[in-house]
Amino acid sequence: MATHEVTFPVTDPAGITKLRAGDEVIVQGHIIGIRDRTQIRIFDQGIEPPMDLSGAFLLHTAPNVRKLGPGRYEKLCIGTTTSARMVRFTEGLGSQYGVRAICGKGGFPDEAIEPMQRLGMVYFAIVGGAAALETTQIEEIEEVAWEELMPECLWKFRVKDFGPLTVGIDAHGGSLYHDVQARAHSKLEEIYARL
Amino acid sequence: MSVVVTDLDAAVSDAAAHLYVWALKDIPQDLRDALADAAARETSVTGQRVLQTILRNVTVAEDEKNLVCQDTGIAVYYCLVGEHFPLHPARIYAALREGTERATVEHPLRSNTVHTLTRENTGPNVGYRVPIVHWDFVPDWDGLDVKCVPKGSGSENMSFLKMCVPADGVTGIKKFVLESIVGAGGKPCPPGIVGVGIGGSADYAMHLAKEAIARPVGTHNPDPLVAELEQDLYGLLNETGIGPMGLGGDVTVLSVHVEHADTHMTLNPVAVNYQCWAARRASAHVAADGSVAYERDA
Repeated sequence: MATHEVTFPVTDPAGITKLRAGDEVIVQGHIIGIRDRTQIRIFDQGIEPPMDLSGAFLLHTAPNVRKLGPGRYEKLCIGTTTSARMVRFTEGLGSQYGVRAICGKGGFPDEAIEPMQRLGMVYFAIVGGAAALETTQIEEIEEVAWEELMPECLWKFRVKDFGPLTVGIDAHGGSLYHDVQARAHSKLEEIYARL
Repeated sequence: MSVVVTDLDAAVSDAAAHLYVWALKDIPQDLRDALADAAARETSVTGQRVLQTILRNVTVAEDEKNLVCQDTGIAVYYCLVGEHFPLHPARIYAALREGTERATVEHPLRSNTVHTLTRENTGPNVGYRVPIVHWDFVPDWDGLDVKCVPKGSGSENMSFLKMCVPADGVTGIKKFVLESIVGAGGKPCPPGIVGVGIGGSADYAMHLAKEAIARPVGTHNPDPLVAELEQDLYGLLNETGIGPMGLGGDVTVLSVHVEHADTHMTLNPVAVNYQCWAARRASAHVAADGSVAYERDA
């Protein structure tokens, strides 16, 4: 298992395809915060996001913030939410907007594997609940769109040494979640036999 | 004798406001110890990465005086009210609500509460029937114990109920808990506390499962049969290999707590309520004179 440093947004697909499930990744640059209602607006209501998502790293989040002025927010506590609720948006994010990485906690079910492989995308596992640490790695909230969805707005964060993340699903069809579930299910058979 | 505070409403409200924020920032010692133990025995690379990050996060939250997790949850309070406590539960509820609201505005904390159909935010973590308060009453006592358990949605979404039949027996109970936790995978932020409620009725089994997660790690059900079930499930769940954050590993759960009630001869309800590794809780004792003593580890 290798360790990588990746800067987002990425312009070269090789920055993504070199990553393998299980690898450790530290992220630099800019990341975009997004959540359930943000994606419902983009895909179910057909409203174009007012931010460029090409080559982007999306974080499943809804931060605690303090408003400083029009469109300006101070970070208070920023952490990551459960991804599985939002898996159905994966294909659209990759094919329509060129998103390259989705980061959340808890993983994506197997339906994400095929579109991620076809579109050259990865899923990064963050440690859920480790928000105090995550907040220190977010240097600034640079931009906020769709404030009326607070806290499920579209957020642009500048980050430094964001992580450690684990590649949960890679762009080659590999998924730690799939492997762990497969092993657990065969273990369950063994356990049930002796109950 | 200490200073007598006569405004009990204010005392309960202040206690709620303090408990809500405190619980979010400072996780109990039993949990810190359990996480350190987990890190000491985890052998997988990804599991170690997760557990070391968790331990670092707990320290950072302390140093930065920040919340451990951004999910400020839905405010849940457990109240143990003495027969002679001078404030009626209707007033206690109003005070808990006021304290929750004040903590949310003053800190400020993220507001999570929405109307369940429109999904519109209802304000500072209060709404219709929110906060949620559970009540127990004791005779011959004039105090009030309040425990605040702000539980995040990642773990609460991983709640499961099965109406097993009597013929399913204890094996049926074990199988349902196992399949629930394997199915939950990394979503509820493992390794955490698995709460299991058995017996009673459908609604009561879930209530008991929730009560079980609010117990400190290292406590056992006083009934030896139930305590044995806790121990069995703990061993079995840690054989599944789900591991920290569901990325694979040795430590899937920190603890299993089972609460039970007697039930109907044809019922065998099993409820599972998961509590994430950031198992936040904080307690206060409010005396009849309005003085408040806080207890993190209760």
